[in-house]
Amino acid sequence: MVKVEFLGPINKQSIELSVSSLDELSAILKQDESLHEWLATSAIAVNDVLVSTKDTPLKSGDRVALLPPVCGG
Amino acid sequence: MYELYDGGLNAPLIIKEWYEEQSGNNYGAFIPFVGTIRDEHGIDGLSFDIYEPILTSWFNKWQDEAKSRGAIVKMAHSKGDVFLHEPSYVAAVFSPQRKVALKLIVEFVEDFKANAPIWKYDLLDGKRVYAKDRSSQIQGSGLLL
Repeated sequence: MVKVEFLGPINKQSIELSVSSLDELSAILKQDESLHEWLATSAIAVNDVLVSTKDTPLKSGDRVALLPPVCGG
Repeated sequence: MYELYDGGLNAPLIIKEWYEEQSGNNYGAFIPFVGTIRDEHGIDGLSFDIYEPILTSWFNKWQDEAKSRGAIVKMAHSKGDVFLHEPSYVAAVFSPQRKVALKLIVEFVEDFKANAPIWKYDLLDGKRVYAKDRSSQIQGSGLLL
């Protein structure tokens, strides 16, 4: 299972899904209407490393995090 | 390594400690930057969430960059609620030369604002309201759309 975490203001409990790529994860998350805005504006990290391609493979035990727009300071 | 504190920062003490720690290391320039909560939009203060694993890799990348210029960077930030006129962010650069330090402090603070995984909320009537309008998308956002 892949653990998906929704950071900061997304305010959604983490979930576990059986997926083998970010592409597959995207297809599942798009079905959740409450996530539409966040999918458009969030960066993605796999095991705490930011990724830039949707064909990133995933394996059981991986953690995916959605990072919405930031504002430190 | 950076420092995180619950609530507002004791900026004078943090700066003093950094200064004393580095005072024997032959740095010709030291530039601290302090970010303080302003009284605006009717807020009682700000509140912060931080995702530490990615903040650590972000900070380490900047420490490596500073080292390549013969400099070091320092940073302290608040977690949770910070009230009006309290500091929430202190950053600093120590470097051999003034020009390196002046350039690096700008790049370091601006990249912090754009990419460090920290989320800001206004404290309004006892509620935390995400500061969406003042937030920036991290580079590469929208990948899962």
